[in-house]
Amino acid sequence: MSDQSIVSFRHVSMQFPGVLANDDVTLDINKGEVFALVGENGAGKSTLMNLLYGMNTPSAGEVYIKGGQVRHFSPGHAISQGVGMVHQHFMLVPSFTVAQNICLGCEPKKFGFLSDFDKMNRIASDLSEEYGLEVDPHARIQDLSVGLQQRVEILKTLHRGADILILDEPTAVLTPQETDELFSVIRRIVKEKQMTIIIITHKLYEVMAISDRVGVMRSGKLVSVCNTKDVNERILASMMVGREVLLDQLDKSDTHEMTEVAIHAENLCAVDNRGLPALRGVTFSVRKGEILGIAGVEGNGQSELVEAITGMRDITGGQVTIGGKSIAGMTPGQVRSLGVAHVPEDRLSTGVSSPADVTDNLIVGKHRQKDFSFLGVHMKRKPIRKWAKELFDKYDIRGAGVDVPAGSLSGGNMQKVVIAREFSFETPVLIISQPTRGVDIGAMESIHRLIMEKRNAGCAILLVSADLDELFRLSDRIMTIYEGKITGEFQPENITKSDISYYMTGAQKEAEA
Amino acid sequence: MDVIFILQNTLRTATPVILAALGCLMTNHVGMMNIGVDGMMLIGAFSAVMGSWVGGSWLMGLAFALGFGLLLGLLYGVFVIKLRSDEFIIGVALNIFAGGVTTFLLRAITGQSGTFHAPGGDVSTIPQLSAPFLDNVPVLGQLLNNHTLLVYVSWVLVILCWVLIYRTPFGFALRAAGEHPKSLRSVGKSPEGMQFIASLMCGMLAALAGAHLSLGYLSTFSENMTNSRGFIAVACVIFGRSNPPMVFLAALLFGFIDALGMQLQDYGISSALTSIFPYVGTVLMMILVVLRSRAKSRRKASA
Repeated sequence: MSDQSIVSFRHVSMQFPGVLANDDVTLDINKGEVFALVGENGAGKSTLMNLLYGMNTPSAGEVYIKGGQVRHFSPGHAISQGVGMVHQHFMLVPSFTVAQNICLGCEPKKFGFLSDFDKMNRIASDLSEEYGLEVDPHARIQDLSVGLQQRVEILKTLHRGADILILDEPTAVLTPQETDELFSVIRRIVKEKQMTIIIITHKLYEVMAISDRVGVMRSGKLVSVCNTKDVNERILASMMVGREVLLDQLDKSDTHEMTEVAIHAENLCAVDNRGLPALRGVTFSVRKGEILGIAGVEGNGQSELVEAITGMRDITGGQVTIGGKSIAGMTPGQVRSLGVAHVPEDRLSTGVSSPADVTDNLIVGKHRQKDFSFLGVHMKRKPIRKWAKELFDKYDIRGAGVDVPAGSLSGGNMQKVVIAREFSFETPVLIISQPTRGVDIGAMESIHRLIMEKRNAGCAILLVSADLDELFRLSDRIMTIYEGKITGEFQPENITKSDISYYMTGAQKEAEA
Repeated sequence: MDVIFILQNTLRTATPVILAALGCLMTNHVGMMNIGVDGMMLIGAFSAVMGSWVGGSWLMGLAFALGFGLLLGLLYGVFVIKLRSDEFIIGVALNIFAGGVTTFLLRAITGQSGTFHAPGGDVSTIPQLSAPFLDNVPVLGQLLNNHTLLVYVSWVLVILCWVLIYRTPFGFALRAAGEHPKSLRSVGKSPEGMQFIASLMCGMLAALAGAHLSLGYLSTFSENMTNSRGFIAVACVIFGRSNPPMVFLAALLFGFIDALGMQLQDYGISSALTSIFPYVGTVLMMILVVLRSRAKSRRKASA
């Protein structure tokens, strides 16, 4: 253990039922540095950091914080040692105000038992001023954007006196501008407050942009720790997956015709969950054998668009035809029977059933076919298992097998389950939403390849993604959406990413003559 | 029709519902819908009478009720929080259990069935209070005086619960445990701990509601004497969105309907008909809840 190390892991292992999530990890993190922890999904990054934050107790090994060995693993203890964690899924109570969330668990009191709201608001505004994280103490969390919510999370940890800050995939939910802001905040607090930052991420260019040192994890092991300036993205990527990753080689065939329209939306309107207009007259078509990418800052109607086309949301105006048939009034099941498969944006809530096993998740939708069931009542387990195992291997899903709950898989592998199921319907139309969100580079590569294969086989694909790199790699055409309206349509080879972001934030492309 | 009499009865009949609803809303805030309050009330009513009979004092009755309420809260907590059973199943089980165990114990302990008659006169009941200075005030005096202690206690508890839930760190932890348990855990507090505390409070408040039924104006226990008031309390909690003052108003509304029904009996309307009033009222309340939330979303849509 070196003198300046503020956190030390010594031969730490973490055994979960069936999975060794951390395998003999020894790591020192220095005071005042930005340390990036990268790795594929399920490599054990979050597990390791959860140990540091006391959410779990390691099965073997020791953890030292500021020289003292941690004997009792609990968030309360970690907080008292100055460790703060901003989780991937925010730990904020939606109906409470910013100040109430910041002070939750350590509220200022008056008369010994009443909450002192004035003092709470003062604490919040003082903190936000001190660290330059502007946010309204009186605002309710449910009314704030994700970027602002993240600020509240950071302020919350700072209020608890954290000087070691763990950020778990902090940029996964942020727009590019919000990411820039977050990074400047990180730089500032490291410089001015001598904080130590540990950042877990998938995005290698962010590692290069923000970190001093980087640790790479692969299947539970820490395979390498290096100074960021000594490596580049390509080296990191190959260390993460254990082989060379060449993201820019995709076989995009140009040989097939793209004439027949498969999806057509005409003046489509829909409202969001709060009843506000989310789509205001969207018109487009997707032809067979092409990928139409939808680019937009999140919350501009993309989710509603996908839900409207898949029958999950009422269409309030205009119409959608799939293969020439209007889907008005159809249930999601009826839309699917027109030959539509759908990879939903949120794999946890709509993509998989977490408690059900992988087999069930792979078979659902085909479970009434006579190969797999008798009269749609009795399930034939043997052929179902065989089929599931085939898909498991074909789509390179990694986990403890087809009998474990889908929820026990890592994010990337859960996503592969969804893709395996949906792609195996062999439908002519695919609606794909955020296919690689929170997915590591290895899984991303194979998902992209699968999507491209579908395109080359003549599928009409609508691809909604918040990741511009992904859209540029895959799409034949890209449409930008802003506040429920299409603001432009582009050929990816004729426009740059920065120009696209211009249209994503409201600029309107001149109608082409 | 004697309006003041109806209003006075309103306050009286609303009290057990208020107390049970306060208990139920505690568990509701931590994310557990406890439909077992009815059973908790019934056992509370039984133990209050037994306590008063054995101990010779209404205070012993209350102590017994609170003690058993605590025990029931603990039991509910162990099953729902610790063993992660379904809250509805446990609630239903609790209601069935309460009906059976009180009937059984009544026979086993006293040898009586149906209704308990204390051998050798009545058991000690909760005293009625009145403020002398109100006696001369025409309407208020009649309305507010001569209620049993628990009526006034329930009003104080409404305010206390509101302060506790919305104005204290404890209340914030309680609501966080229900709305976003992980956020509470991440600041080093235990959501399960909060759920347990809420469950214990619910048990005691529901038992107190039962004690009011058996020792308030009567001094007797009869089988199934709660008459499903626990379920009406649950409806009031939903109607009042777990906010004590709103739940209080909902309970008063129920009490008013109940009192009105009783008064109508004097006008020759069959008691079989008037006794369904509270339940019809409850159904109407629930319809109102749905209409209100629909209207709200429509308002937002047009905004």
